[in-house]
Amino acid sequence: MEAAHIVFHNVTVSYGSTIALDAISLEIPKHQIFGIIGPASSGKTTLLKCINRTIDFVPNVRVTGQVTIDGEDVFRVKNVCDLRRRIGMVFPLPVGLPLSVYDNVAYAPRMAGVHDRDELDALVETCLRQAALWDEVKDRLRLLGTRLSGGQQQRLTIARALSHRPEILCLNRFSIAVDPVTTMKIEDVLVELKRSITIVVVTNLVQQAHRLADRVAFLNRSRVIEVGPTEAIFSEHPASQMTFDYVRGHFG
Amino acid sequence: MSLEAGLFTAGPIERRKRRVERVAHVILLLTTAALILPLFAIVIYLVVKAWPVLSWSFLVENPQHYMTAGGIWAPLVGTFYVVVLSLAIAAPIGVLAGVYLNEYARENWLTRLVNLAVVNLAGVPSIVHALFGVGVFVMMAGFGRSVAAASCTLAIMTLPVIITSTREALAAVPFAFREACWNMGASRWQTIRTIVLPNAIGGILTGVILQVSRAAGETAPILFTGAVFYVAVPDSGLASFFPYGLRDPFMALSYHLFTIATQVTGVSEALAYGTAVVLIALVVTVNLVSIVLRVRLRSRRKW
Repeated sequence: MEAAHIVFHNVTVSYGSTIALDAISLEIPKHQIFGIIGPASSGKTTLLKCINRTIDFVPNVRVTGQVTIDGEDVFRVKNVCDLRRRIGMVFPLPVGLPLSVYDNVAYAPRMAGVHDRDELDALVETCLRQAALWDEVKDRLRLLGTRLSGGQQQRLTIARALSHRPEILCLNRFSIAVDPVTTMKIEDVLVELKRSITIVVVTNLVQQAHRLADRVAFLNRSRVIEVGPTEAIFSEHPASQMTFDYVRGHFG
Repeated sequence: MSLEAGLFTAGPIERRKRRVERVAHVILLLTTAALILPLFAIVIYLVVKAWPVLSWSFLVENPQHYMTAGGIWAPLVGTFYVVVLSLAIAAPIGVLAGVYLNEYARENWLTRLVNLAVVNLAGVPSIVHALFGVGVFVMMAGFGRSVAAASCTLAIMTLPVIITSTREALAAVPFAFREACWNMGASRWQTIRTIVLPNAIGGILTGVILQVSRAAGETAPILFTGAVFYVAVPDSGLASFFPYGLRDPFMALSYHLFTIATQVTGVSEALAYGTAVVLIALVVTVNLVSIVLRVRLRSRRKW
């Protein structure tokens, strides 16, 4: 196994009196696709929010334990914006910012201080190509991002997530609002991207994790039940009976 | 056969439902009509009564002969002055405070206290604001009865509403936009500046503009703080546009209406009604501007 890129060490997160993550420890290796599966409200989204510290925006939240990226403690980082730029986030529902397609993708670079026209042009094209959207929008970059179809908007958010050149890409149930053909396109993109980026995919679709991931973690009720290579998790004999039952659709 | 007939002919229940529907429709229509009626009645009545004096010269001439003749230039300019100045004070403070409360403030006892204060301030009667203005601006701050004191008092009065409308306009921008920006490494302020404010500006402006008509119409807050019975101002030339200094007392439309209607003898009725028409026209114009603005900005809405 390659070196761990992201490490969760004994992380507990609670919102008021509800515990969202319960003493989680997890290692996410570099330049692989790491799948996270589990039933609703098992803590998957909270886990992603810890990585880029958008958990800070949740009211009444309490976090203990340690999350490190390349050994650096996320919760001790001085410049949070810099940290967030190292991580691309894609949400379940596509949110096109009320800006043009071009400005959507150029947003993050501009906020980081890139204003050179040629540089931005090149970056926008690269990211839209990586997100398999370039051919569909190259003639209407001035169109409002919110006017694109749902599937296109979701690929737009992926292009956006790549626009700040992240070393980690997190996708949270990205295929909910996307048709199957687009989903397959995006999955191909992810497989391509993992050569240079660490990818974390949270998904409700067990088969998607099976197809995509190199390693899979199974979460249930705020705890990590099992982590292992995809083949092991989906084999006849995973370490936990619960994993077997969930993967075979017996609950969740 | 009989079943089909039953399906398509109205039974007793169906007929009753239709009857109730018609009655409800008529009642709702009548109440709506009753709403419009007084408005038209007022406007028509005022215009008819004011007809003899309504003319361009009524607007641009100063009151003459102990305010029993002439126009309303001096109070018109005075109202314009205090309204503009009060909004110049209240709008920036109110909008920035609204931004803070909606975008930055965390839910704690301090913000709850501020919210409580804002809600209650909005409900304070204007005469109370007036007394506050006398105590703080006229006396303590030493402005005297002046444009400055009256503007500050009006600013205090309009502030809570501007804060509230700003917050509502900001809250109407989907939270997901903010999350998307934060996730791309934009700071809170960058997010506000680039995404939140541009999409909330229409609602914010509407809230501010609506306060113009409120500030222009109020009498009580300026009554004790600077509006006076009569000021002799230049009749023409550039000087007639700048009749009042910040420290000077001034004439205002609402107070002028009050005085010529009740305090001065021998004023032709039409003069008072004319002043009322101008005041109403002012308010209606401002409201129309805000409606047009709102509609235009809504049609440009991007999500």
